[in-house]
Amino acid sequence: MTAVIEVTDLARTYGKVAAVADVSFSIEENSICGLLGRNGAGKTTLMRLVTGQEFASAGEIRVFGEDPVENAGVLARTCFVRESQVYPDGFRGKHVLKAAAQLFPNWDADYAARLVAEFRVPLDRRMKKMSRGQRSSVGVIIGLASRADLTLLDEPYAGLDAVARELFYDHLLKDYSENPRTIVLSTHLIDEAARLLEHVLVVDNGSLLMDAAADDLRGTAVTLVGGHNAVERFASGRPVLGWESIGGISSVTLTGLSDADKADAAAAGLELAPVSLQQLIVSRTRSAQEARS
Amino acid sequence: MDDSRPIFLQIAEQLESQIIDGSMREEAQVPSINDLAAFHRINPATALKGVSLLVDQGIIYKRRGVGMFVADGARERLVASRRETFGDEYIRPLVARARALGMSPEQLIEIIRREAAQ
Repeated sequence: MTAVIEVTDLARTYGKVAAVADVSFSIEENSICGLLGRNGAGKTTLMRLVTGQEFASAGEIRVFGEDPVENAGVLARTCFVRESQVYPDGFRGKHVLKAAAQLFPNWDADYAARLVAEFRVPLDRRMKKMSRGQRSSVGVIIGLASRADLTLLDEPYAGLDAVARELFYDHLLKDYSENPRTIVLSTHLIDEAARLLEHVLVVDNGSLLMDAAADDLRGTAVTLVGGHNAVERFASGRPVLGWESIGGISSVTLTGLSDADKADAAAAGLELAPVSLQQLIVSRTRSAQEARS
Repeated sequence: MDDSRPIFLQIAEQLESQIIDGSMREEAQVPSINDLAAFHRINPATALKGVSLLVDQGIIYKRRGVGMFVADGARERLVASRRETFGDEYIRPLVARARALGMSPEQLIEIIRREAAQ
């Protein structure tokens, strides 16, 4: 396996504010990686750093083995689609696609045209006059049709309806299967995107909170519901992510249970419910926040 | 697909079930990795991991440039291994539930007899 992105001890500070602090990770070639976290966690700053749009305060970034800053060779192989992309005044949809066609060496114009039809993008409309969803669609089309070796999509589907999002997931999977490349996707809709992701990076407060294979995380956390005493007996001495009680009933979310543990819990009369990737990340982020305060 | 277990395990189990219930016969072609990924809307690497699990066990075999196929004797082997885990997977929770409801083993056996006779 080759790493396309390698980040070591990376930091970016704005005055006294640390937007990114001491972050290290690597992203494998030809994989889909989810970059997840709350608003303001540092996701966009990380993507800007990786694409050379931002200078690191400390640490090292390697993209395709090189420093991305003002590196034409690296940037020609990179496509970065931003949520709030600003376009030149008067630019219409068709101008944006024309510019993209000149910018990206692997641009597939036929594919872009098909996507325009499917996403129903009004190409003659000025970018400024487009709805949020239509502007997002333009971004998604660029991300897919550019076929860049490294594609970063930052909240690519703000304002997209459910139909368009499904369309995006299907196209991403299909095109990725046919043209493998490295994709980094940041999103708030974790449950929707979870199945597409091979690897998950969770940032919180500028630091890396989780760095794991998506399938390794699935099934590691379980919510147990039952009588207060039975829950307490079972949970004692285990890592607890969340705890709620009502009347005599308690619900606890635990991590690191083996299959035998789960069978024991069921035998003790506790109800077991799976925890989705989204719930797991929310619990982890909240417990990290509580630990800080 | 659910959140209780890794997706690759669920892919492998689903293929196993199709072999056991005969909807995928021995020597039949197994869907390609990309088809599985598109159908379940999952990452192709995850689909590959699930299929590889069965390839490693000799349940599925690869023919270079042609595709993947269900091995001879796969069904018999899967049935044998599923029978082994049947107790842990189904009987243990069943007995625990019955006990919580105050049912005796005899009552439970009687219900199972009645159900099986139908």
